[in-house]
Amino acid sequence: MTAAPAPRPTLVRFVFSSVGHLFRGPPLYWLWVLLLLALIALGGWHYWLQLRDGLVVTNMTNQVSWGFYIANFTFLVGVAAAAVMLVVPAYIFHRRDIKDVVLMGDTMAIAAVTMAILFVVVDLGRPDRFWHLIPGIGRFNFPESMLAWDVIVLNGYLLLNLGISFYIVYHHYRGEDPKASRYFPWVLLAIFWAISIHTVTAFLYAANSGRPYWHNALLAPRFIASAFASGPAMMALGLQIIRAISDYPIRQSVINHLALVATIALQVTLFFLLAELFTEFYNEGEHAASARYLFLGLDGHSGLTPWIWTAVVLLSIAVVILMIHPLRHNPLTMNIAFVLIIVGVWIEKGMGLIVPAFVPTPIGEIYEYTPSLTEIMVSVGIWAIGLLLFTLLAKAALPVQCEFLRRQRASEQQSWDGVERRHNAA
Amino acid sequence: MQNPDDDKPNGVSDLARRRFLKGLAVSAGAAGAVSASGGAWGGSTLSDAFADFFQQHYQRMSADEIATTIERIERKAKRRYGVDITCANTPPQDGVVFGYAINISKCRGYRDCVHACVEENNLGRDTQYIRVVELDRGSTDLHHADHYYDHAEVPRPGKDYLPMQCMHCDNPPCVKACPVEATWTEPDGIVVVDYDWCIGCRYCMAACPYQARHFNWGTPEIPAAELNPDTHYLGNRPRPRGVVEKCHFCVQRTRTGRQPACQEACPTGARVFGNLLDPNSEIRYVLENKAVFRLKEDLGTEPKFWYYRDA
Repeated sequence: MTAAPAPRPTLVRFVFSSVGHLFRGPPLYWLWVLLLLALIALGGWHYWLQLRDGLVVTNMTNQVSWGFYIANFTFLVGVAAAAVMLVVPAYIFHRRDIKDVVLMGDTMAIAAVTMAILFVVVDLGRPDRFWHLIPGIGRFNFPESMLAWDVIVLNGYLLLNLGISFYIVYHHYRGEDPKASRYFPWVLLAIFWAISIHTVTAFLYAANSGRPYWHNALLAPRFIASAFASGPAMMALGLQIIRAISDYPIRQSVINHLALVATIALQVTLFFLLAELFTEFYNEGEHAASARYLFLGLDGHSGLTPWIWTAVVLLSIAVVILMIHPLRHNPLTMNIAFVLIIVGVWIEKGMGLIVPAFVPTPIGEIYEYTPSLTEIMVSVGIWAIGLLLFTLLAKAALPVQCEFLRRQRASEQQSWDGVERRHNAA
Repeated sequence: MQNPDDDKPNGVSDLARRRFLKGLAVSAGAAGAVSASGGAWGGSTLSDAFADFFQQHYQRMSADEIATTIERIERKAKRRYGVDITCANTPPQDGVVFGYAINISKCRGYRDCVHACVEENNLGRDTQYIRVVELDRGSTDLHHADHYYDHAEVPRPGKDYLPMQCMHCDNPPCVKACPVEATWTEPDGIVVVDYDWCIGCRYCMAACPYQARHFNWGTPEIPAAELNPDTHYLGNRPRPRGVVEKCHFCVQRTRTGRQPACQEACPTGARVFGNLLDPNSEIRYVLENKAVFRLKEDLGTEPKFWYYRDA
């Protein structure tokens, strides 16, 4: 590599140049950022109202004590976990095309897990006592409480992804190859950690023997399966958008890989759903009351029924599209399927998973829950924070990555030319 | 985990010191209270707001720290309701584990227990620790119970009435669930909450199979004139917004040898409360001589709360 006349790349310069990238962009970029900032301000205002008046401004009650916030949390943990569907082929199977974009998977994981953590924070009755959760100064009920486990795995996953991404981008910025011996052990850890965040979150619900809707062994496998459908779908959409608006080289083979993963995961998801429905309804007992409420309505209460059937229909259409090869390879139908998956899993793994566990209550009372305006606005704000985080991280990292890939290709081309010349000379 | 008894102040000397400290605090706090009359810091003084924020877990405080905290609790109640309350810290008695039994045959569904509990325990007026449901005679199927029966006259023919409250499980799923150990079982078997340590995540509510835990969605509203001034740290002291609370077997009464308010209020004598470790207690007689049962025994929660019918 030729010595560049540029100043010596230091950490400070790296930070400055990264931040600098955030302030240079086309009008569309600024419009997008301003839109997100406006949504964040709107969400922030409603969160302020919630802080001022208490969680009474939500529609949650002692009967349905978790709602829209925890529903979104659950969905996003799945999205975060799905980054492994790029990490594994990139680092374990050395798929070159996927390795080129794996950083975007990590970036999405960072945004998703940040949103997940924020959704828990806004659900707290006393966010001012957050420090009680910090091991050492607080009082952490570990290993007894599954929520304590969840705090560890989510924050650990965030740190792992931040660390790995930073290490790789920084080395690319300095024009060096990241040393596999330095980061690979962490990548390996992050792969198991990704599975753990969704498993622990599922166990958090499955642990409650008083709520039969959650208390079954299939919950964690169902979580993982649906996460590996919705996460890759979201990543495939994100990568295509990045490809359309930047010169970052994203091969179609990556998108096809994600589509295949989503297809298989969706098939498994629907099979698990069928297994669940059979067990609940073949010999229907009192334990099936929540499932009856969700799918068929209970004692005249059926607020969630249209939602869950919408999800089932969306997911069924998506699986049909993805199983027909020409449709899976057609960009339009493929992307329609991705959107259907995201919406379907968001319903099924969100409200469809959280709310029915509280309806009826363990002592048989029925209270129907729909989120309040405050809950919806605060949630919109958090989604906007996640999108903004992803946008900014990608904006800062992409120029570095493009430059690195360009140099890498150039040097490969040189050595390839050399090989060819020697070959011709022989 | 440290023994909850270790740092608990006990006996007369502590009470005396508390009285003394109270004198100091009143004179010192007066200046602060005036300046805070505008309602900043949540209607508290700045120093109290700071002390609230940094307040330690009940089981981690020294006797001195608990005494100071109790002064502040009493001061805050005075500021909030204009009422002088005493916040006791009576420790559990040796050789006592409390249990409860209810004679369904005698319960007529009057709900006197419910209302006595609300007044005794300074509940926000939209919260009730006790729920009495109406069932078809002989049934215990809660899913077909009437939770909000509102008849001009009870009992109704062909109906049974089943009061439910915290079962004070010996194997409580709520305690296991809490990520910050803000709820635990005291040596006398009472499952309590440190209202100043709870972060309001409500995981305990998801874990409880008896719907016995209640969250303060807004600030609990209690008419000042109806405030019960005899309170306990782990019991009926005024609670803040955003935390979980529950039945605590009237710890402020039962640790000084009195009966819980619900037991005293019951006009039919359906409620039997006492020391499970005392072989001569009435509760032991009931457990040994009646066909008792517990709710959701299959979950392994081991409630210390039994039901029985007269033969």
